[in-house]
Amino acid sequence: MSSLAKAKALAINRLRARKPLDESMIDRFLERHEVPIVEGVKCTFLFRGDADEVWVRHRIVGQPQQVPMRRVSGTSLWFVVIELPAGSRVEYQLELRRGEHYEQGNDPLNPHVANSPVGSSSVCQATGYVVPDWITPEEDVRPGEIIDLAVASAALRRETTCRVYLPARFRTTHSYPLLIVHDGDDYLNYAAMKTVLDNLIHRMDMAETVVAFINPGDRNREYANSVQHARFVKAELLPRLESELPLIAKPSGRALMGASFGGVAALSTAYRHPDVFGSLILQSGSFVFTDIGNDHGGGEVFDPVVRFMNRYRAEPRRVADQLFISCGIYEPLIVPNRSMIPVFEGTGMRVQYVEARDGHSWEDWRDRLRDALSWVFPGPQKYYYE
Amino acid sequence: MNSVENAAITLLGPQRRPALDKVVGALGLTGPFATITAGWLERESAEDRELAAHLGEEAVNLTLWARMQDVLEGDPEFAAAYRRRHEVIAEMQDLYLLCVGHTVAAIDEIKAQSERNPHVRELALRDAEAVLRQLDRRHLERLREVHAAFYAEMRPHEREPIAAHREAVAELLGQAEAVVMPGGHVSELLDALHLFNVVPAGLGQRPIIAWSAGAMALTEKVVLFNDNASRGPRCPEVYDGGLGLLHDIVVFPSAHQRLRMADAERMAAMVRRFAPARCVPLDPGTRVAVAADGSLAPYSPVIGANGEMTTAGEFVG
Repeated sequence: MSSLAKAKALAINRLRARKPLDESMIDRFLERHEVPIVEGVKCTFLFRGDADEVWVRHRIVGQPQQVPMRRVSGTSLWFVVIELPAGSRVEYQLELRRGEHYEQGNDPLNPHVANSPVGSSSVCQATGYVVPDWITPEEDVRPGEIIDLAVASAALRRETTCRVYLPARFRTTHSYPLLIVHDGDDYLNYAAMKTVLDNLIHRMDMAETVVAFINPGDRNREYANSVQHARFVKAELLPRLESELPLIAKPSGRALMGASFGGVAALSTAYRHPDVFGSLILQSGSFVFTDIGNDHGGGEVFDPVVRFMNRYRAEPRRVADQLFISCGIYEPLIVPNRSMIPVFEGTGMRVQYVEARDGHSWEDWRDRLRDALSWVFPGPQKYYYE
Repeated sequence: MNSVENAAITLLGPQRRPALDKVVGALGLTGPFATITAGWLERESAEDRELAAHLGEEAVNLTLWARMQDVLEGDPEFAAAYRRRHEVIAEMQDLYLLCVGHTVAAIDEIKAQSERNPHVRELALRDAEAVLRQLDRRHLERLREVHAAFYAEMRPHEREPIAAHREAVAELLGQAEAVVMPGGHVSELLDALHLFNVVPAGLGQRPIIAWSAGAMALTEKVVLFNDNASRGPRCPEVYDGGLGLLHDIVVFPSAHQRLRMADAERMAAMVRRFAPARCVPLDPGTRVAVAADGSLAPYSPVIGANGEMTTAGEFVG
């Protein structure tokens, strides 16, 4: 191999070209490389260990989701090279077969894990993907405060736990917009939302906002077009917040937000109370519908969602003034989300739709937060001339 | 003769690399100075040490923002009315912007009608631009009405905390040889300047050095602008009337950073929109001297009728 060809060859191929190749060389190879190895658009996935077959199982919709790995001859190392477009973030797991036994789990060579409502996965950050600089704490940013608020709900027949974010320099002489976030603790824990709020407010990308992070009890029931949930938000939580905090108590100052089933909860709550919330942020909403029949393939838990979405599609109506909608193009929900855009727009609502080369995970939703929050409650940037 | 040395008002570009001490020296000012940093909000006096250092420590901060907070916290009735006025103004601004946005879209659409008779298209364009100027004018008039109604209803001069602060501000201003007014949040700065009556208290009777939002506040018409906003280019918008110490000037701090200055056609349209006021860019390093009669020094940068940079001396309106 010429030196030029060698320089261009993938790391895995340079390793395979070495003769003889022993396990100590593989030790050194793995010490030198982060896994998966990203070289331009080519991503090399690796597994080391005893197995009869190994597959990469990713979650890119429309692609074969089980990609077989090959063993590097005479060694314990398995590999496969997958091309991923620039800017992609892909979740995956490895599946192994040992005799008749199959097992699936996260990639032991990759410490990077993403969380989603259905568990965690390993993550491959392809070339060009950049972790936003507004998701990590910054030294000169004054942090907001989070206070716990218990709201006894007659509608839900349970005590709800809510965290309320008050922006830095919160003062009672000011009026703040209110954002209510479904799956609140998950947004705080997996999408760094407190840090994001601190940073975006500090940078004047978004307005100083009070944010109520709410949490479900039985999520599949409460977030799937539940009248009780909508009543809780509209008739119990909102009046409590507006009586205790200096809020802009009108639709333009109120927003609902949610991801996945949380997106359905936000949409269905606004659907039941169309004059209450001015804005919705819907991330990878589980907007599953059928055009013919009721066979949606999502399982029993989706039945009430599909009934709601089919009803909405039959008679679309304005539920807010503006919608911010985002979805990852690698997740199966991309099709229903894309399909809903013209339906929503047709009602006269202002729609901002954003796609990313990403999946159904908290990191995808985290990375879209700046677009969403600065669009719904824009910051005072235009007033500053330093 | 109009020069920096005898300027009534000196406008500067942003002071990230401060040249304030040199300007003060060139003007022959020795202090004491009054500083107005209300645009810095809660950092108003906590971070004004560097500013004071440039002024030879002979500086007294009027602390207008802190005084405003004191008024709002101590007078709930006034605070409620103040908040209501802001809500009304915010709604007016939103609706005005809606009209401006559609008018600008119409102008763009007319410009794109390439097969039309050029003369007819030009007439339509002029009509649409006239609508834009009318929107600006009416918006400013309505804002003045809102402010007048607010002050007539609230009668701030009869409210003890406001009257006391006004008196203190006037006294401090009276002791100052000159006033220095940096930038920051232009809306909060304007509120504080108006509330504490700084013009009747003598602001305009002494030399002023101002930049960024401070310079905007001195004009008759405060225009917000940012072609590089995170939500995409926005059309310049008339925000409010300023103190009116500078006539027929609209200032654009950090113009080359915040405006698409290379788009001469867009800049020319902006010049026509705000005429007869001249559009004065205040970029880093800029120094504009305004004489007591309001005339701009001939070397002052302005945006010409063709949308390109020129000077006040060369400007043909």
